[in-house]
Amino acid sequence: MGEIAPEWDKGHREPVKTLEDKWKLVPSFLQVKGLVKQHIDSFNYFINVEIKKIVQANEKVFCDSDPLFYVKYLNAYVGTPDLEEGFNVTKPTTPHECRLRDMTYSAPITVDIEYIRGNQRVIKNKQLIGRMPLMLRSSNCVLTNKSDKELAHLNECPHDPGGYFIIRGQEKVILIQEQLSRNRMIVDEFKGAIQCQVTSSTHEKKTRTIVILKNSKYVLRHNALSDDIPITVAFKAMGICSDQEIMQLVGTDDATVKKMAPCIVDCHNLKIFTQNQALAYVGSKLKVKRFPTANSKSRTPIDEARDLLATTILAHVTVENFNFYVKAIYLAIMVKRVIEAETNKAAIDDPDYYGNKRLELAGSLLALMFEDLFKRFNWELKSIADKIIPKVKAAPFDVVKHMRPDLIANGLFTAISSGNWTIKRFKMERHGVTQVLSRLSYISALGMMTRVNSQFEKTRKVSGPRSLQPSQWGMLCPSDTPEGEACGLVKNLALMTHITTECSEIPISRLACNAGVEDVRLLGGEEINHPAVYMVFLNGNILGVSRQYKKLIRVFRMFRRRGLISAFVSIYPNHNQRTVYICSDGGRLCRPYIIVEKGHPLVQQHHINELNRGIRKFQDFLNDGLIEYLDVNEENDSHIATVESEIDPYVTTHLEIEPFTILGVCAGLVPYPHHNQSPRNTYQCAMGKQAMGTIGYNQKNRIDTLMYNLVYPQCPMVKTRTIELTNFDKLPAGQNATVAVMSYSGYDIEDALILNKASIDRGYGRCLVYKSAKTTMKRYSNQTSDRILGPSRDVATGKVIRAHEILDTDGIASPGEMVENRQVLINKQMPPATINPVTQGQPQQVEYKDVPITYKGPVESYVEKVMVSSNSEDAFLIKILLRQTRIPEIGDKFSSRHGQKGVTGLIVQQEDMPFNDRGICPDMIMNPHGFPSRMTVGKTIELLAGKAGLMEGKFHYGTAFGGSKVLDVCKELEKHGYNYHGKDIFYSGLTGEPLEAYIYSGPVYYQKLKHMVQDKMHARARGPRAVLTRQPTEGRSRDGGLRLGEMERDCLIGYGASMLLMERLMLASDAFSADICGTCGRLAARAWCHACRSSAAVSTVEMPYACKLLFQELASMNIVPKLTLKKYC
Amino acid sequence: MPKRDKPLVLLEEFRVKNAPEDYGMADKKWNFKKFVKGFSIDIKRMENSEMEFDLIGIQPAFANAFRRLMLSEVPSMAIEKVMIKNNTSIIQDEVLAHRLGLIPLKADPRLFEYRPEDATEGTEFDTLEFTLKVKCTANTAQSKDSYRTEDLYINHSVYSSQIKWHPIGNQASVYKEADVGSVHDNILISKMRPGHELDLHLVAVKGIGKDHAKFSPVATASYRLLPEIKLTREVSGSQATLLQSCFSPGVIGLGPDGKAFVRDARYDTCSRNVYRYDEIKDAVILSRVRDHFIFNVESVGAMSPNIIFVEAVKILKDKCKSLLDELNKF
Repeated sequence: MGEIAPEWDKGHREPVKTLEDKWKLVPSFLQVKGLVKQHIDSFNYFINVEIKKIVQANEKVFCDSDPLFYVKYLNAYVGTPDLEEGFNVTKPTTPHECRLRDMTYSAPITVDIEYIRGNQRVIKNKQLIGRMPLMLRSSNCVLTNKSDKELAHLNECPHDPGGYFIIRGQEKVILIQEQLSRNRMIVDEFKGAIQCQVTSSTHEKKTRTIVILKNSKYVLRHNALSDDIPITVAFKAMGICSDQEIMQLVGTDDATVKKMAPCIVDCHNLKIFTQNQALAYVGSKLKVKRFPTANSKSRTPIDEARDLLATTILAHVTVENFNFYVKAIYLAIMVKRVIEAETNKAAIDDPDYYGNKRLELAGSLLALMFEDLFKRFNWELKSIADKIIPKVKAAPFDVVKHMRPDLIANGLFTAISSGNWTIKRFKMERHGVTQVLSRLSYISALGMMTRVNSQFEKTRKVSGPRSLQPSQWGMLCPSDTPEGEACGLVKNLALMTHITTECSEIPISRLACNAGVEDVRLLGGEEINHPAVYMVFLNGNILGVSRQYKKLIRVFRMFRRRGLISAFVSIYPNHNQRTVYICSDGGRLCRPYIIVEKGHPLVQQHHINELNRGIRKFQDFLNDGLIEYLDVNEENDSHIATVESEIDPYVTTHLEIEPFTILGVCAGLVPYPHHNQSPRNTYQCAMGKQAMGTIGYNQKNRIDTLMYNLVYPQCPMVKTRTIELTNFDKLPAGQNATVAVMSYSGYDIEDALILNKASIDRGYGRCLVYKSAKTTMKRYSNQTSDRILGPSRDVATGKVIRAHEILDTDGIASPGEMVENRQVLINKQMPPATINPVTQGQPQQVEYKDVPITYKGPVESYVEKVMVSSNSEDAFLIKILLRQTRIPEIGDKFSSRHGQKGVTGLIVQQEDMPFNDRGICPDMIMNPHGFPSRMTVGKTIELLAGKAGLMEGKFHYGTAFGGSKVLDVCKELEKHGYNYHGKDIFYSGLTGEPLEAYIYSGPVYYQKLKHMVQDKMHARARGPRAVLTRQPTEGRSRDGGLRLGEMERDCLIGYGASMLLMERLMLASDAFSADICGTCGRLAARAWCHACRSSAAVSTVEMPYACKLLFQELASMNIVPKLTLKKYC
Repeated sequence: MPKRDKPLVLLEEFRVKNAPEDYGMADKKWNFKKFVKGFSIDIKRMENSEMEFDLIGIQPAFANAFRRLMLSEVPSMAIEKVMIKNNTSIIQDEVLAHRLGLIPLKADPRLFEYRPEDATEGTEFDTLEFTLKVKCTANTAQSKDSYRTEDLYINHSVYSSQIKWHPIGNQASVYKEADVGSVHDNILISKMRPGHELDLHLVAVKGIGKDHAKFSPVATASYRLLPEIKLTREVSGSQATLLQSCFSPGVIGLGPDGKAFVRDARYDTCSRNVYRYDEIKDAVILSRVRDHFIFNVESVGAMSPNIIFVEAVKILKDKCKSLLDELNKF
C-alpha cells in the first residue's frame, strides 16, 4: 500500500508548492495589530464608542421635587491627556512626566448636556464630569502615530508596547480576565443531575437560569425564585397553555414524550391550566423582598411574576409586550438539551472548552466600572436636585455647579490602582484585576501584557481548568504558565491571537434574514423542531430557523471574506444540536488563517513577493479574501493544514500561516523549543521574566523603585523569528557565553556553574542595580510644613557629621556621591503633629522632628541623579536614584534559555581553565549531568548553531518547528575545520596535558537572573529582639535570627541532645529569670509574692520570656497558671 | 635533527588515549643532559604582536607553566584608578572606569616598579598619569541638511586617542608620549551628545593578570600539540579526495597516481571528521606528539611576544630560585 499510494497521488493531484517566506505575514500582522493590540483595541472601543452608548443609555436624570426638571446627556467625549495645574488650568502632559512626578496619565471626560435652569432650557457643551485614565498608545494618547524620533523627545521607548495605565506614577496593567461566555446554554452535570444553565447578562442585570432534572421531572431554577418551578408551569406562565403546544416545542418523538410525561402530570396535579394560574403559582414562589418599596406593594404577585419572567429569567431574551413566545422556545431548547444529554453523554458541554470562554479586556472592565460610577454620579445629581430645588433661592438652581468630576475620576483611579473591581449593580467584587507592570526586563513587561487570568480559585485542586485544552491551539501559549498554585489558570496569549471587540448585531441579523432565516415567531413548534431545519442563534439569542443552513454559512463566509461584514463575525454549525451559531460579541479569541480552496492556498507566491516589496500589507490580504480570522468555534468547524504538504483537496479549508505562532512571547525566546522536554520550556518562560538586561531605550530616564540592567547586553547568537518580532534583539537580556560542557573541580555539582575570572574582569555578567528613594514635603493644615535642613556639623570639630557627609548644602545628597549604610540621603524634618492654631504673625517656635531618608544596605551605592519636582497635591516631590554595579560572584544565579538554571559555584583564573587548540578558554563550564534527565536537546543544538554562526559571521535561527537544521549547522562547522559534532580537544589548564574526552563547547546565550547573593546573604550572632516576646526578630531586613524550626527541633529531641535544645530554644533566644512563689506557684514581682505577701518561698526560675508572658496573659483572662517547684538536684 | 622517539597521544574516535606502553612523561626520570640534547625551540612565525614557535622535547608541566605565567604573572601597565571630576555622559562612572582599565597601554612594564600597597601617592617610578577631558557640543558650523551624528556634533564619540599623558617627575625626559599611551587609537570609550562632558584623571600602575585580566600582557597565550597523521593503507581515487576533505587544506596531498599522502600535518585542526566515514576510518591513525608544543602568543601591544615569553621564563627562574633559597635555609 505504502508504495502504491504516491503513484495514485501523482495521477490525481499535483503537490502543493511550499510558499516561501510565508512567515513574513507574521511581522506584517504584528505591524497592524501589535503585540498588545488587544488591550489598545478594546480601550479605544471603550473611549470612542462604548462610553457614548453608556451615557446614552443613562441619558436622563429627573428629580422628584420638580417634575419639569431634567438633565439630558447629548454626547460624551474623552479628551487628550493633561494635568490640572491649579483651578481650571490644565497643561498637556506626557506619560513619562506622569511616571516621574507620580501623577495620573488621564484625560478629561466631557459631556454635552441639556438641562433646565430656572425655567429655561439650557444647552451646555464640554462640561467636565470626570477624568479617564488613558491607556498608553491608545487613540487619545500622545504617543500614538509618533515617529521614533518624536517618541525620543517624549522620553519614551519606541519598543514599549503600551497598553497599560499610569496611575499616581505607577504603571498598572489590567490583566485579561477569562470567563465563561454569557448568554450561552451550557449543559453540564451537577451532583449527578444533568442541567442546562444560562448566565444572562444585559446592561442592567446579570442572572443565571437553570433547567435541571429533579426527581425525574424537569424544573426551572432561578435565584429570584425561592423554589424550583416545574417546567410545564413555566411554559404555561409564558402563555403556552396547552400541553400539546408544550410538547411540540420540546419535541414529539416518543423518548421525549416519555420523559416529559411526569412534568405534564405534575402540572395537572397542581391544577394549573391557564397562564394566570401559572403566574400566580410563580408569584407564590417569589423570594420575599426585604425592603418593599411603595411601588411594589400595590402590585399583585401575578404582575410581579410576569415582570420577573419578562425581565429577570433568561434576561437576555428580550420580551416585547409580554409576548413570551421566543422565550418559551428558548426554554424548550434548554429542556431539549437536558433530555439529549441524559442519553447521550457526548452532548454534555465541556466547560473548559475555549469556544465557551470569553476574555474580558481593559475596555470592557472599565466600561462596567464607568457605568457604575456614572449611575452613581447621576444619582447624586438627582439627590442634590431633590434637596435644593424646593428651597427658594435667589439664583435659579444650576445643576452644572454640582457636577463634581472627582467622583468618576477617583473611582476609576482607585479601581485601577488597587485592582478591586466592585460593580454594585451586578454585586460583583473582584480583586487583583490589575497588577503593577513588571519592568524587570522588557520581556517581563511584554509577557504581562499578554497574560490571561482565570476566575477560578487558585487554592482548589482541580485538574480540568488547569490542563491544556486542545481548543487552546494557536490561541494560548502551551508553554507559558506559572508553576505552583496558579498553574494552568494563568495563561498567555499566543503570538497571533486577536481578541474581538463587539460589533453591531443589526446588519448581521438583516443579512441572516436575507440568506433565508425565517423568523421563529411565525412558526409553530412542529416546524421549529422539524428535522430538516437548523435553528440559527445570534450571540446566544434565537434568530430564526433555516432550511438551508449550508447556504447560510456559505453566504456569511463569502460576505465576510468580501469585507461586507466585520472580519470578526464567526459562523459555525453544530450538527448534533442542529443549530447554526453566529457570533459578533466581544472577547472571543481568534487568529488569522490562509484560506484554502480546491486544495490550493489562496495566498500565492506573487502575493508574498508583493508583501516583500512593500506594496501589500496584511490588511490587503484580508480585504482580498486571502486570509480570514477564525475564532475557536469556527476553527473547530474547519480543516486546517499546518504545512502545504498536508493539504487534502477534498477537506482542507485553511492553511496555518506559521506554526511557530502557537507559542507566545516568552516561549518564543527559546531556540529549538521543539527539541526540548516541554516543562523546560515552561521553566524558561518563568525565568525569562527574571532575566536582567535592557528595559527600554528610556531606561536611563526612569526612576523606578527597583531596576536591573546588564552592562553589556548582547543579542543572542541563535535567534528565533519571535525574537525579531518582539524586538528582543534590540532590547536583549543576556550574554553569549562560551560554554564547555565538562566537569571541573567538583564545585559544579547540582547545576553549579564555573565562571572564568578573566571573562568577569572583562565585563561578563556585570549588572547595574538601581534603587530609588523618595519623599514628599507635605504641607499641614496648621500652616506648617516639612522642611529640609543642610548637613549638621559636629560641635567640637566643626566638621560635617559622618551621616551627613554626602549631603549638599540644600540637604539632599548630591549626584555622584558614594552612599554608605545609614547615611542620610534627604535631611528632612517634620513639624510636630499637635494641632496648633496659628498664633498671630510671629513665626512659631516649634520643635521639628528628624525624619531623614537614610540609606540601608551593607554595600554602598552611588547617587545617580536627584529629581526635585511637585506631585499632584502640589507638594514637593524628591526622588533620588541610587546605583550599584555588581560583578558576578559565587552564588549568583544564571540560566540558559532552556530552563537550566544554576548558581556560580566557583570562579576560576583564566590560566586554570581548559583551553583548546585555538587558545579559546570557555567563559563558563557546565556540568554534563545537567543534560540526561532534563533532556534539553534544544540547548545542545543552540550551542552547535551558535558555534557555526560565529565561524560564518551570521545569526542562526532556532525558530520553533523550523530554524537552521542540525545537518546544515554541522556541515558549516566541518567547513571551518571544526569537529562535525562540535566536540573539540581541550587541554587541562592545570596539568597542561590534553583531556581524555573531547569537549562539547560553543556559545550559549545565558541570562543573569535577578537573584543575587548580595541581596540574600544574611547571618547573625547577636541582634535585635522583638519587644513583646524578647525573641530574636525575623527576617533579613530586620537583621533577624536564623530559626531552629520544628523539624530541626524534632531531630534534636530524637537524638537526645537536651542541653543543646535548651541552649537553642531558651538561652540563645529569650531566657528570663522569673521569680516564682513556691507556696502559691504564681509569678512573684521582685522576689515578693503579692498573693502570699511574703518573700519566703520565692525562688528564681529560668524560663523563656514567652512562657512568662503567656502566664501573665492567662492571668489577665482570669486563668491562673501555677507552677509547682521542686528541688532540682 | 636526529630522529626522536616521539611520545604520542592517539586521537581515537571517542577519546584521547596515550600510545600503548607510554605511561606519560612524568614517569620518566629527569636527565638534564638528555633534556638538553632533545630540547629545541623553533620560531615559526614572528609578527608585531603575534608569534608562533615550537617547544620540542619538553615536559608538558614546563610548557604549561610558561603559558600560565604569560597569562597571569608577566606584568603590564593598565589604568587602575580613575578620578572622576565630571561625568555627565550617560555611561556610569564605574562602567566608564572599567572600560578605561581595559585599554591596553604601550608603556613597558619592565621600566616600572610595582606600587607599594600602602602608597597613597604614585611616584614617577611606579605610576603613569593621564587625563581625559572631552566635551561634546553641537556643531554650529555644519549645514542643517545632514543628519549624520559626525556632522551634527563635535566630540560625539570619545576614543582612546583622546587620552592625554601627564608626565610626573622626570618622566617627560625619560619617555615619549608615543611610548606610554594607548596601543590603539580607535578604541571607543563613550558616546556623547551636546552637554555631556568628561573630565577624568587616570592613574596607570603595574600589575599582573592574576589580579585582573587587564594586566595580562597577552590577548591569549596557548599551545597545541603537533598533530601527526599516519596512513595505514593505500588510499586512492574518490576515497583519497574524501580523505583530503576531512582534513584542513594542505594536510593531505594527492599524488599524481591519485594516491593520498600526508603532506604536512602541522596545520591540521584535528577535527577528526575522518571518523564519520566508515570506508576510510581505518586508513588513518590520528595522533599528536606529546612533547612538541606549538605555542601561539598574541601580545596586547606593550611588549613583543618574544619578550613576554622571555619574561615568563625569568619569572619561573625567579620562582625556582626563591623556592631553592627557602629550602636551603634549613
